[in-house]
Amino acid sequence: MEFLVASAIGVLTTAGVYLILRLRAFPVILGTAMLSYAVNVFLFSTGRLAVNAPPILEHGVNNYTDPLPQALVLTAIVISFAMTAVVVMIALGAFLETGDDKIDISDDSEDDT
Amino acid sequence: MSQTSTLLPLIAALPFVGALLPGLMIRAGRNMAALSAAFATLLALVMLLIEAPSVMQGNVLRADFEWMPILGLNVSFMLDGLGLLFALMILGVGLLIILYARYYLSRSDPMGQFYTYLLLFQGAMLGIVLSNNVLLLLIFWELTSLSSFLLIGYWKHLPAGRQGARMALAVTGMGGLAMIGGMLILGDIAGSYDLDVILTKGAEIKASPLYLPALLLILLGAFTKSAQFPFHFWLPHAMAAPTPVSAYLHSATMVKAGIFLMARMWPVLAGTDAWFYIVAGTGLVTMVVGASIALFKNDLKALLAYSTVSHLGLITMLLGFGTKIAAVAAVFHIINHVTFKAALFMSAGIVDHSVHTRDIKRLGGLAALMPITAVIATITALSMAGIPFLNGFLSKEMMLEEAAHTVWLDNHWLVPALATFGALLSVAYSLRYIMHVFAGKPRNDYPATPHDPGFGLWAAPAFLAVLVVLIGIFPQFMVDPLVAITAGAVTGGDLPHYELKIWHGLTPAVYLSIIAVGGGALLLTQHCWLARLWDATPRPEAKVIFDALVNGLAKLANWFTGALHNGAISRYLAIFTAASVGLGVIVFSQGTHVAGTRELLPVPPLAAMVWVMLVVAAITVVVYHRARFLSLVLIGIIGITVSLGFVYLSAPDLAMTQISVEIVTIMLLLLALNFLPKRSPIESGAARRIRDGVIALSAGGGIAALAYSFMIRDFTTLSDFYIANSHSGGGGDNVVNVILVDFRGYDTFGEIIVLGIAALTIFSLMEALLVGKASQRLATWVHGQKESKDRHPMMNVVVTRVMMPIAIMVGVFIFLRGHNQPGGGFIAGLVVAIALLMQYMASGFSWAQERQRIEYHTMVGVGVLIAAFTGAGALLVGKPFLTSAFGYLDYPPLEKFEWATAALFDLGVFLTVVGAVMLTLYSFSRISRRAGEVTNVEAMDFDPRPEPEGK
Repeated sequence: MEFLVASAIGVLTTAGVYLILRLRAFPVILGTAMLSYAVNVFLFSTGRLAVNAPPILEHGVNNYTDPLPQALVLTAIVISFAMTAVVVMIALGAFLETGDDKIDISDDSEDDT
Repeated sequence: MSQTSTLLPLIAALPFVGALLPGLMIRAGRNMAALSAAFATLLALVMLLIEAPSVMQGNVLRADFEWMPILGLNVSFMLDGLGLLFALMILGVGLLIILYARYYLSRSDPMGQFYTYLLLFQGAMLGIVLSNNVLLLLIFWELTSLSSFLLIGYWKHLPAGRQGARMALAVTGMGGLAMIGGMLILGDIAGSYDLDVILTKGAEIKASPLYLPALLLILLGAFTKSAQFPFHFWLPHAMAAPTPVSAYLHSATMVKAGIFLMARMWPVLAGTDAWFYIVAGTGLVTMVVGASIALFKNDLKALLAYSTVSHLGLITMLLGFGTKIAAVAAVFHIINHVTFKAALFMSAGIVDHSVHTRDIKRLGGLAALMPITAVIATITALSMAGIPFLNGFLSKEMMLEEAAHTVWLDNHWLVPALATFGALLSVAYSLRYIMHVFAGKPRNDYPATPHDPGFGLWAAPAFLAVLVVLIGIFPQFMVDPLVAITAGAVTGGDLPHYELKIWHGLTPAVYLSIIAVGGGALLLTQHCWLARLWDATPRPEAKVIFDALVNGLAKLANWFTGALHNGAISRYLAIFTAASVGLGVIVFSQGTHVAGTRELLPVPPLAAMVWVMLVVAAITVVVYHRARFLSLVLIGIIGITVSLGFVYLSAPDLAMTQISVEIVTIMLLLLALNFLPKRSPIESGAARRIRDGVIALSAGGGIAALAYSFMIRDFTTLSDFYIANSHSGGGGDNVVNVILVDFRGYDTFGEIIVLGIAALTIFSLMEALLVGKASQRLATWVHGQKESKDRHPMMNVVVTRVMMPIAIMVGVFIFLRGHNQPGGGFIAGLVVAIALLMQYMASGFSWAQERQRIEYHTMVGVGVLIAAFTGAGALLVGKPFLTSAFGYLDYPPLEKFEWATAALFDLGVFLTVVGAVMLTLYSFSRISRRAGEVTNVEAMDFDPRPEPEGK
């Protein structure tokens, strides 16, 4: 199981890094989304993997998985939504202003209408 | 004896406090500004004089406060003889400068600023000489560099002033950085950063293998500050400052800081061969070089600047000799140099002020026209030359006497000869200052009519000139005790026998002195052709070299920055990722690794299937990323597989959060994609793609290896505390939620603020976008593809209306149970946001928005405020911010249920999440309205716009 999670993190990272190196805004955004998954799962996995041991206290149960990475990741997921939204907004704004969604818009590629 | 002093911290603080005054008092006039500055200085001086008798009896006064004890940084002050002498000079000359500047600066100069800078500088200098902690000393040291920058560049309109200030800052700042390194080494060897401890560890420090690096670094700081060769070039350029600044910085303070430091560190650093050859050698060279240049300078202030360089070299050389008697001579010369040099600078300023030029070629014969100034200048210049009955003579004699006994690499005549030559040059330029400026016949081509200034301008230099004479004639009475106590503090022990008197009998110094005076006078008579020869000789111009160096460095830095970061995100992300992987590999390969011992979990077939799904989806996204809708769908699949993973791996909260965030994210991207190109064109070539692929694979491989290597190993966690205390301390069974709203409530509080800021940012960006060019583009927007006419289908509307209350109820349920079961404010907020979103999708954003009574901005704000007030409520009962309370209520027939302030906090989280998500999506939806979408009147309708032509 550990290997599956680790390799999944690796695959997500690979895809994310490849996409953020593209030259258009949209794939870069998708890349950051993929990287967010990878980072979140990575952080989560620092608490090690456990099955059937959610950190919900019950009488007579002593086996709980590590709740701290979960708490960190929970907020990270929400924040990464906000960050994605801001980046999307910027990308959209840049496209609507310039008519181009290249990531390296130079000043001379202004206005092509 | 060490005594605690209550006045000492006040003395150190007064200039800084006083610095606030002139800036304010300038509104009441220039006199008030000057008076307020003088008042602060005078008060500090009086306090210092109150403490002086105790120091003169041999006590060391102390005042200690802890600042950052972990770093060894304490606000610790010490007043001993050396500190007393320098503090007296700094405050005493400071007071005279304040008086002088009041009459020197013109009406158009911002005087409030001037005094504020001056007092800041004064405070920084005072801090250096009073510090008993080397780290504190370093802070003040840097402060002098900064505040002197402001002073030197005070005349902002003069390019020379700005450049001079920048050069001074660059040179002394660089030295300061080196000195930090040296001091840290020193503190490391001594085991403490307190000066009084370091000063007792002389033997250990000199024996340490790190002695030489520490010495070199510290000397670099001292030499740059005190303008020692080859760093002397900044000082003449700093002469672009107003004369009061030059008089203060270059006689009593800034340049003396390096001298002070060498004197302070004398007991621990001096006495070795390295010290002798580096310090004495540098001093000697500086003395001769400075004096030679001074002789041929035609600008009065430049002449004085180089003479200062030369005299600083003299003092440095004396300290470098490393004998106690030489240290006495150094201390004595410090006092004498201050008196005559400050007065000389002021007299030069007076000449400039009244004749409107400082060019010696245009001066001469001023004695008859400005008698008072001439007398002052003559007395002080003769003292600088070292003529008997003036104080400069006494210390110069001591210097020559010491030099006469100094052997340089078995050579008995080199040091005495060079020292005498330096003294000879000193006589020559001093006499030149008198002969070429004041003596001779009055001319008739002065730029302005020379006249003596008012009392205000000449009072300060006159006072100093009187001191010059008094010390020169009655050295025993005037300064002997001060010299003794200071030299005792420098050498850190008993002093050998010496006498401060004019006639010591026919010592070698007398002969050398006669040679110097006679030779100097002779040299001046030959000045005319020597100057022509000097001007004809090519010499390296320090400013040109310095500028070339600085420009070269700036170019290098620009090139480096440009190469790493050319403005395109793909460039620096590639470099960043590759560098991170590279560093990771290096670090990993240097460690030792033990095989993992953690028992691995089995792989059920379902998990393997989900894994395959995720991998296939990820690969497909990469391969088909140009087809944007397709990749968006695949991203959704990946999000779902990730949440499935969370479910399986005991993270129900994460799974719920992930899946609900997934929905809003995809919705957001869809809204954006509606107005973005639907395909990415092929732009990168094969090589580029291979490069990116290699980077991506190495990053992915590295991170997978890292994750795997820690997952197969056991670990210790903080979480046992949370699990143990969640119920009893936080009143909840869902540990994740209790961590969020209670244990780590501060983090969550910060996070919802970030969330709110992000949403507001998006809203305001959209506001900006909807005016201007983007808006025009949208107004004439033509959708690239055919759109369904049935834009708000009845089925959607009916189903979402029915689901609305259920979804809201689920949200409320998740919120309420969150403290004890999976759920909580974050998830509930997302669920409710999705419930609302469904209405927006079914009936159109603007239709739904019109029926939405609460502004989302308000919701974000109220959410954050509720969280803040809940946290602040704890303050009312005397607990720290965000301390939670809980209890249980038992009202039959209801079941016993719990109340917790944390739930109120969670409500704040909930409202912020709903508000932020909705505000974001609503902002995006505004684009389509700008692009011509009409608001529907009914909940369900058709698109009334005509078919786009040609489709």
